[in-house]
Amino acid sequence: MSIQTLMYIGGRLIKGAIVLLVIAVFNFFLIRAAPGDPAKVMAGEAGATDELFLQQLREQFGLDQPLYYQLWVYISNLVQFDMGITYRQQMPVFDLIMDRMPATLLLTGAAFLLSLLIGVLAGVVAAQKHKQWADSFITVAALIFYATPLFWLAMMAALFFSVYLNWLPSFGMETVGANLTGFDRFIDIMTHLILPAATLGLFFTAVYARMTRASMIETTRMDFVKTAIAKGMTPNRVTYRHVLRNALLPVVTLAGLQAGQLIGGAVLTETVFAWPGIGRLMFEALFQRDYNLLLGVFFISSAMVVLFNLITDVIYCVVDPRIELSK
Amino acid sequence: MKPLLKVENLSIRLPKGADREFAITNVNYELMPGEILCVVGESGSGKSMTANAIMGLLPKAIQVETGAITFDGYDLVSLEEHRARKIRGNRISMIFQEPMTALNPLMRVADQIGEVFLIHTELSKKQRHERTLSLLKDVGLPDPEKMMSAYPHQLSGGQRQRVMIAMALALEPSILIADEPTTALDVTTQAQILKLIKELQEKHNTAVMFITHDFGVVAEIADRVVVMEKGQMVELGEREAVLNNPQHSYTKKLISAVPPLVAPERPLLAESAPVLTVNQLCKTYSTGGGWFSKPRIVKAADDVSFELHRGETLGLVGESGSGKSTVSRCVVRLLESDSGEILLGDDPIQALDAKALAPFRKRIQMVFQDPFASLNPRKTIGQIIADGPIAQGMPVAQAMQKAAELLALVELPATALDRYPHEFSGGQRQRVGIARALAHDPEILVADEAISALDVSVQAQILDLIEQLKQRLNLAVLFVVHDLRVAAQVCDRVIVMQKGRIVEAGVTKQVFEQPRHDYTKSLIASIPGADWRSGKTTGHAKTLEKAYA
Amino acid sequence: MNVIRALTQNKVAMFGFAVLLLLSLIAIFGPMLYDGSPWKMVQRPFIPPFANDRFLLGTDTLGRDVLAGLIYGARISLLVGLVSTVIALLIGIPLGAYAGYFGGWVDEILMRFTEVFQTVPSFALAVVLVAIFEPSVYSITGAIAIVSWPPVARLVRGEFLALRNQEYVLAAKLNGQSHRNIILKEILPNSLSPIIVLASLMVATAILLESSLSFLGLGDPEIMSWGYMIGAAKTVIRQAWWLSFIPGVAIAVTVLALNLLGEGLNEALNPKLSGKREH
Repeated sequence: MSIQTLMYIGGRLIKGAIVLLVIAVFNFFLIRAAPGDPAKVMAGEAGATDELFLQQLREQFGLDQPLYYQLWVYISNLVQFDMGITYRQQMPVFDLIMDRMPATLLLTGAAFLLSLLIGVLAGVVAAQKHKQWADSFITVAALIFYATPLFWLAMMAALFFSVYLNWLPSFGMETVGANLTGFDRFIDIMTHLILPAATLGLFFTAVYARMTRASMIETTRMDFVKTAIAKGMTPNRVTYRHVLRNALLPVVTLAGLQAGQLIGGAVLTETVFAWPGIGRLMFEALFQRDYNLLLGVFFISSAMVVLFNLITDVIYCVVDPRIELSK
Repeated sequence: MKPLLKVENLSIRLPKGADREFAITNVNYELMPGEILCVVGESGSGKSMTANAIMGLLPKAIQVETGAITFDGYDLVSLEEHRARKIRGNRISMIFQEPMTALNPLMRVADQIGEVFLIHTELSKKQRHERTLSLLKDVGLPDPEKMMSAYPHQLSGGQRQRVMIAMALALEPSILIADEPTTALDVTTQAQILKLIKELQEKHNTAVMFITHDFGVVAEIADRVVVMEKGQMVELGEREAVLNNPQHSYTKKLISAVPPLVAPERPLLAESAPVLTVNQLCKTYSTGGGWFSKPRIVKAADDVSFELHRGETLGLVGESGSGKSTVSRCVVRLLESDSGEILLGDDPIQALDAKALAPFRKRIQMVFQDPFASLNPRKTIGQIIADGPIAQGMPVAQAMQKAAELLALVELPATALDRYPHEFSGGQRQRVGIARALAHDPEILVADEAISALDVSVQAQILDLIEQLKQRLNLAVLFVVHDLRVAAQVCDRVIVMQKGRIVEAGVTKQVFEQPRHDYTKSLIASIPGADWRSGKTTGHAKTLEKAYA
Repeated sequence: MNVIRALTQNKVAMFGFAVLLLLSLIAIFGPMLYDGSPWKMVQRPFIPPFANDRFLLGTDTLGRDVLAGLIYGARISLLVGLVSTVIALLIGIPLGAYAGYFGGWVDEILMRFTEVFQTVPSFALAVVLVAIFEPSVYSITGAIAIVSWPPVARLVRGEFLALRNQEYVLAAKLNGQSHRNIILKEILPNSLSPIIVLASLMVATAILLESSLSFLGLGDPEIMSWGYMIGAAKTVIRQAWWLSFIPGVAIAVTVLALNLLGEGLNEALNPKLSGKREH
């Protein structure tokens, strides 16, 4: 990796850190913007009656100090991964979120790979068969999945594959009380994963398919494609050697931008399928009016997006030789 | 001699809704081995159509209606695709107009050239590498070893075109089709590329079909010439015959529109105080600076000084990157200069803020390059012209009245007032642009490449109009131009710029006949067809010169 | 105008337009013509669709009229979608216009600001905002607007960046026009087409967002919405699947119609970018 690439990544890291700082400040003011005593807001309704706990919160976050001091305490706590303690679970917020993180990473990761793979493939096929039935079919399917509410699709999938056909489980991440180990456990988790990952992935499959198709068609009209044809290449070779790589660049950018949406989608999918990830945790926090936990999940998921964007930037840097200069 | 390629009765149909039914009709010509055939025409003449048909590059919606293109016993129009592919890039190859976009941005130069061997030969990887390297040497690229692993964006326009040529000539084809390969290049680069094509063509005895709009290029390299007008082939003949004794009226019109490369004697202007004085103007650009990387600093104007007088046309010439446009934009205060003086009459305007500048705006106005981008598509011609005076405080009715008068001045019908720009041709729009500039009754008119986007026959009309208006309104004209032929014809004095600096300045005739600076000399020597219509050729050319003047 | 002609010739887009027109009529006049309160218990619960002449689509878990719910839901979906989009445009267009027109440090600051909002997972942000400011039709509309403006700002900035050096804009500067005039009269009218297309797609996204929020229980407790209907029927999906199926179809059809119209607009307004000029 060249020095320029490292500097580019360094620059992106700093930008990401700034974004997180702004979100942290934003979080801080959101708590204060909520009506009522901030300690009570942070503790949520559940903790509202426990004076001792409230006092503990006030001390920890310096809630009786001036605002700038509170902000300082909040940020410096955050830097040390201290987001306070949830009353109900009696557990540090950060630990709770990290407990739930693997499940979410598994779900979103699977959905992401699935949708990227199928979406790009469908987009390429549609562009290749431009204005033939395969194109129309893929375009219409993409349009429909693009328009369908994710949570509804999840419910319908659960209804059909789980309730009606009884093929796949639609609840949780593992069979409760089965105590499986090793490979059996892996298979069990995978079968639980199929429905949530597929429904979460479908929307993004539609997104990537549309994008890839449009980008392929656009790239096909570029001058260097003419050059390739004039060399005497077969159409397939032109597509795979010249068009595809160029056409995928905007898809990579889009995939990076969609990371945030994937997290949002996880909140809904995890809620429907009772998948024990941070999305489900967010729903629980909402239900229990545990605002501190809610904002903690929000902050961590933002941090995940920042990280993901960074990864996409690095990938982009590798696939597009122009990036170092045009920064 | 047997022709290498024969185009017979070729007609190509355009899709419905196009401005005419056929892109080309009944085109007939032959390409002889080892000759350079120039296909000349203005934009929309269908000059590239035949070439695209040969290479299988016609868009799907456009079909060959009748006719045949015979090459090596095959009819390329009806040949099966898999056989045609064996010819493309191998026996017939092509280079394009835009070197910036004709190469795949994500592939190394060596891979793009090597692909040709990969498709058409059985060469090993090592052999491909060696052949590619020797090709890069043949086309005169510096440091070929390093070039092999370069990406297109790391190369200049001229270098990319050399890569394209290397790619096209990789398998020593019998025919090279060159579709305006030098149009996007600067004049000195163009001269080098033309020379390269000619050299390689002679070395390998390749037949070249060279598509161009520029008769200078034709004079430089053609053996024979085909002239196209609106899809019709109007003239075909030897170079000397077509250039010096054209038969068809359209060819005559095109050729007479090419300014001779000889600066006419111009009356000296009476001494007067300058209307515009520029002293030690400097402007630097910095690009690409990031959080860690240092910006690249480019001096676009470096210690530039000149004066402009009433009734005078001063040419600012140079290649792209010379800073001529930067200077003109600094002068009209579209760009902020870093330091130096700009005086309108005796008033300094270089450092004035927007408010203080407002009253001076009307004294110096600009005519822009691109007639399709210089008029707001959502406003009527009347609004476009009247906007300026209205912004300066003139009542609307009076401004519209003035717009009508100005239309008459630039020889457009009064009915144009309520119409929108898209209803007009490039030349007509440029007239509107001139009317807009004149709406302020300026003392100085800055023409920024004001004719370079126009077809040659329209160029002459617009130049003529500017000259007339200059005399009638006693304007001072600052003419930014890259075309030295035009500069020779219209400028009283010229300033030659290179990399932000003035390298030579003087009376036009003197600069053209006795250039002092090496750069000026190389610029003038690079003009394609410099010997043609330069006063050094036949008597006929001389009479044409008079007709032009 | 050719744009309207091109649009009317596009059957798919016209279909989308017709569906939207119908939905708007239902949203505006439906509640007046169909006398049924969506909250009132009118019959025994769980009447399946088409089983009862009076309640065509049946009743829900509490015996409320499903059709009435759908009609009122159309109202809130379209209203929230439209209003939040308008607010997002009101934030995004000026921000993008200033950033793109003035460039330099103005651009730098505004775009960093936009970047923060674009990085944040938008649905999670909407959830947080609505939860903290208490669910109401105002907080929902506001939250959706706040998470949807960044693409507008980026698009408008891009357009302005491209157009501000167009020669007709430079000519306007030479004319001595004010920045305000140049922004509003020279550049903005020429960058409207992509904004219109984006806006139509944003309404669709906003409707999806609104339904997702209500599904999670973050809907306005006073107002019946499609998302709420699905959320409320979630626990009884085994007994009465249609209760969640029907409102879902309503959402999908509305969003699809908007997308179709948006694509049609795109083809009509930006013929160069869409698939019309195929080779």
